[in-house]
Amino acid sequence: MWRDAALVAGKDLRIEARSRVATNQVAPFAVLVLVLFGFALDPDRGILVRASAGLFWVAVLFSALLAVQRSFAIEAVDGGSDGLRLLGLDPAGIFLGKAAAVFVELVALELLLTAGVVVLYGVDLGGAGLMVATAAVATLGLAAAGTVYGALSAGLRVRETLLPLLLLPVLAPVLLSATRAWEVALGSSVDDGWRWVQLLGVFAVVYVTFGLVGFGALMEES
Amino acid sequence: MSTPARNQASFILGAAALLALASTIVLGLGLPPTLEQGPYARLIAIHPPLAWAAYLAFGVTAVASVLYLWQRTRSRVWDRVAASSAEVGVVFTALTLVTGSIWGRPTWGVWWTWDARLTSTALLLALFLGYLALRGVQTDVHTRAKRSAIAALVAVVDVPIVHFSVDWWRTLHQGRSLAQLTPQSDLDGSYVAVMLLGFVAMTLVYGWLLVERYRVEALEEHFDDQGLGLALEERRAEGEAVAVP
Repeated sequence: MWRDAALVAGKDLRIEARSRVATNQVAPFAVLVLVLFGFALDPDRGILVRASAGLFWVAVLFSALLAVQRSFAIEAVDGGSDGLRLLGLDPAGIFLGKAAAVFVELVALELLLTAGVVVLYGVDLGGAGLMVATAAVATLGLAAAGTVYGALSAGLRVRETLLPLLLLPVLAPVLLSATRAWEVALGSSVDDGWRWVQLLGVFAVVYVTFGLVGFGALMEES
Repeated sequence: MSTPARNQASFILGAAALLALASTIVLGLGLPPTLEQGPYARLIAIHPPLAWAAYLAFGVTAVASVLYLWQRTRSRVWDRVAASSAEVGVVFTALTLVTGSIWGRPTWGVWWTWDARLTSTALLLALFLGYLALRGVQTDVHTRAKRSAIAALVAVVDVPIVHFSVDWWRTLHQGRSLAQLTPQSDLDGSYVAVMLLGFVAMTLVYGWLLVERYRVEALEEHFDDQGLGLALEERRAEGEAVAVP
């Protein structure tokens, strides 16, 4: 299973590295979202700094939608998903591989967005431990849930519009928890930030388990 | 050509549901206005029962989805039950939010507040609207059934997480209405009685809508299965009718 996962993740990441869709389209989109928030909320630094944690995670969520869509779009062409099945790969391995590739892309994107909020919004970073832990666990949850829903909507004619409707409500707790934890880390709120990390951990565990168990059923048809 | 007929049990269930609903409305409107909330307190006769029926509906969807996914009990019956129950559940959830909002405006002064209970109910509605959207996609019946069942389970699994997150986020919410059923509550006895009647009425209405929606779902599938052959037969019959003067 782990070997299969590594193969699939390697394949997806190589495709992204060569096609440059992630670097040329998804990453600029994410930064553009930050800029748009700047327009919407006025260049009043006070508001932007206070809201930066939430804006950061909304930008991550939108970019995650694109990353997931992309992850399944590359399987849709040239019978990619049939090929994966014919190779006899473990469905759980395929799930882990695809989720891992999305995870890596999102982490790279989050680093870029962090630089973005520092430069554009003038945020002072702090509480590095809490920030990194939150981002790691939240991204794991995003990647796992995203991959499950990506497979659910893969191959349907209306997948582009269906995926956000299905995925965003499910990801709402991630947005909420990650935002609260980052607010604590950035010093704009006083709360027990680690409690939110625990909740994110539960979310991640639930959806990784769900993907490991249920991905076989989703792969066998479609 | 036989179609699943409206049977007598469904008729009786429907009659009982309408009767219970009508009595809830009549008795509910007859409740005395309370000091703090005035006439709006009467909404307690339908608002908590609507919420209960919505939870019941999504619970039934989840159970039916599990039964569909489990190989030994797999049957299109469970798929139809899940679909019908989710659709009825969405209507009840929307009504819960609407009645709550109508009550909230005069009582809290706002139509909407980011209270934990409201927020998680709204997200529940969004989750199942997504589920219905997935069901609405034209695809192979088996694929649709399986994917919908998985989507329903993922959504149901998300509900407690949503609940915890918004609960921690907003801890300032009001007391539960069911907690007011306890004897020491200052809620008037007639209010409790009408609310309990409301629970019975909404459960019956849910059951009836489920049965009828199931029937429509079965008819639609039946029509899809038989539709083409039937249309061909009709055209042929028309042709013969014209040919024989």
